[in-house]
Amino acid sequence: MRINNRITIFDIFNYTLFALFTSACFFPFYYLFINTISSNDLSSRGLVMFYPKEIHFDNYIQVFKIPGLGQATLVSFARTLIGTALTVAASGFLGYLFSKPTMWGRKFWYRFLIATMYFNAGLIPWFLIMLKLGFVNNFLAYIVPGIVSPFFIILVKTFVESTPISLQESAQLDGAGNMTIFWKIVMPLITPILATIAIFSAIGQWNSFQDTLFLVTDQNLFTLQFILYRYFNGATSLATLLQSGASDTNLANIQTATSIRTTVSMVVVIPILLVYPFFQRFFVKGIMIGAVKG
Amino acid sequence: MSNQPGRGNDMGAKLNGQAYTTAAMKQFQFKEKYKLFLMALPFLVLVFLFSYLPLYGWIYAFFDYRPAIPLSKTEFVGFQWFTTLVSNKYQMEEVLRVLRNTFAISSLGLLTSVLPVIFAIFLMEIKSTRFKKTVQTLTTLPNFISWVLVYSFAFMLFSVDNGFLNNLLINMGLIERPLNILASDNHTWLSMTLWGVWKGLGWGAILYIAAITGIDPEMYEAARVDGAGRFRLMWHVTVPGVMPTFFVLLILGIAGFINNGFEQYFVFSNAINMNNIEVLDLYVYNVGVVNNNFGFATAVSILKSIVSLILLFAANSLSKLVRGEGVI
Repeated sequence: MRINNRITIFDIFNYTLFALFTSACFFPFYYLFINTISSNDLSSRGLVMFYPKEIHFDNYIQVFKIPGLGQATLVSFARTLIGTALTVAASGFLGYLFSKPTMWGRKFWYRFLIATMYFNAGLIPWFLIMLKLGFVNNFLAYIVPGIVSPFFIILVKTFVESTPISLQESAQLDGAGNMTIFWKIVMPLITPILATIAIFSAIGQWNSFQDTLFLVTDQNLFTLQFILYRYFNGATSLATLLQSGASDTNLANIQTATSIRTTVSMVVVIPILLVYPFFQRFFVKGIMIGAVKG
Repeated sequence: MSNQPGRGNDMGAKLNGQAYTTAAMKQFQFKEKYKLFLMALPFLVLVFLFSYLPLYGWIYAFFDYRPAIPLSKTEFVGFQWFTTLVSNKYQMEEVLRVLRNTFAISSLGLLTSVLPVIFAIFLMEIKSTRFKKTVQTLTTLPNFISWVLVYSFAFMLFSVDNGFLNNLLINMGLIERPLNILASDNHTWLSMTLWGVWKGLGWGAILYIAAITGIDPEMYEAARVDGAGRFRLMWHVTVPGVMPTFFVLLILGIAGFINNGFEQYFVFSNAINMNNIEVLDLYVYNVGVVNNNFGFATAVSILKSIVSLILLFAANSLSKLVRGEGVI
């Protein structure tokens, strides 16, 4: 055990390497944050680099006065909550159904579902069908196509199959139907995997950008991610728009293109930072269950 | 398959032998199996609508389709869009350029797939649990943000006017004039790969960490008794322990070789780096959505899907050859 307590060159190298990479992963989050709470004047001149200067929180108040941003936040939250709830319910229920060997044509329908993980028709055919089905400029486009997700269903099916079947059997003997068994017996057993799916799905919904880009032109349906993307092209004019209406604020805190972009970025990332520490252990569990299936 | 009695019903018949006759049991099972199917049906319809019905849209590849004009009034052009790919010299150069970008970025991606393995093995050598936990938490974080946000970070750190890096280098007196890293065509493939590594490395390592945790401690003990040092333990016990996981992921990576995605390249693309950043998915978008050439974009999508299926089956055979079982 003598050797184990000695700090070797490898240890120093190893700790340094991880410290560097971890900082590289976290620094952008930190850098953006200190720029949103520092004097906008100093920030726009690039003088806020490692710590905040002249702290203020005006940006967070001002940014919601930008036309459309409140609405976009609402849309983002709505799609995340509704989409996640429906995806979790559907994944749980379908995973349970597919775990039943008695289902008519189970093998075929399961393959019918899983196959969709491996092909897609391509952007244009998909877009034209979405147009025909009425999902262009429709809030449901954010929700309905994502309800059935093959990967989540594999996770639930594998999980249900690992729970003791005798519980379902005894409920059946007591006269419980499929719905009752699902709600009262299976659901409580599979909550860990449903929590994993909920968090994956919520983050997916929150981060989603392509569906807005392809399917939405109606400003009322824009999401935060999409607004953020657009600011990389038009933030300068937005800053002038804001400045004209904000003559009473402190000169140093007047919104700039940079301050708008960074603040909106923080608005987009804060919900993730808030839920992330609590759910991290679920991610690890979830990905390991997925790995068992390979 | 489906006519096997369910285990639950079987048990019920045994326990309540009196109450259920075999005929009633059969009747019950018959109803039961369609009931289960009918409950799944609405969801299967959704799968059909969003995944199978778009395949019907492949017929657009055979028409000279223009938006807002119904297909019935559109000229049927047969394989014209497919043949322009090879007959038109300019077009073919375009496609070759896009394929080169796709393959280059995917290859670099496959090369970096050993990084999570190294990450996991080295992290397991860290003794401080708190340090280990911090590293894991902070390095998996980037995986959960959108590419739009990654671009926002990139913009703040590397933009030409007042980006963090330029300010730092100028303050240190290393450069005189700011570098324009984002609007530059140098090393586009490499920088795209590095962003991918930044976003995915910590997350990618989780599986390997799980695999290492699952290695039997007696293996380490035995190797130690045989006189193996720290590096020999890593090389002869840990590395073989994570190899199966690595191969599965590598083979899946080969299957997805041609699908390197859209969002990352879309948000990072600009007029200057477009030549080297335009991968297949972005190309289909630019041809189809931006230039309204629906027929040609669909033809490219079809060819891409075919290649992608071939790659998947090739990867599956490879997996069977190497591991004795398939990945699909």
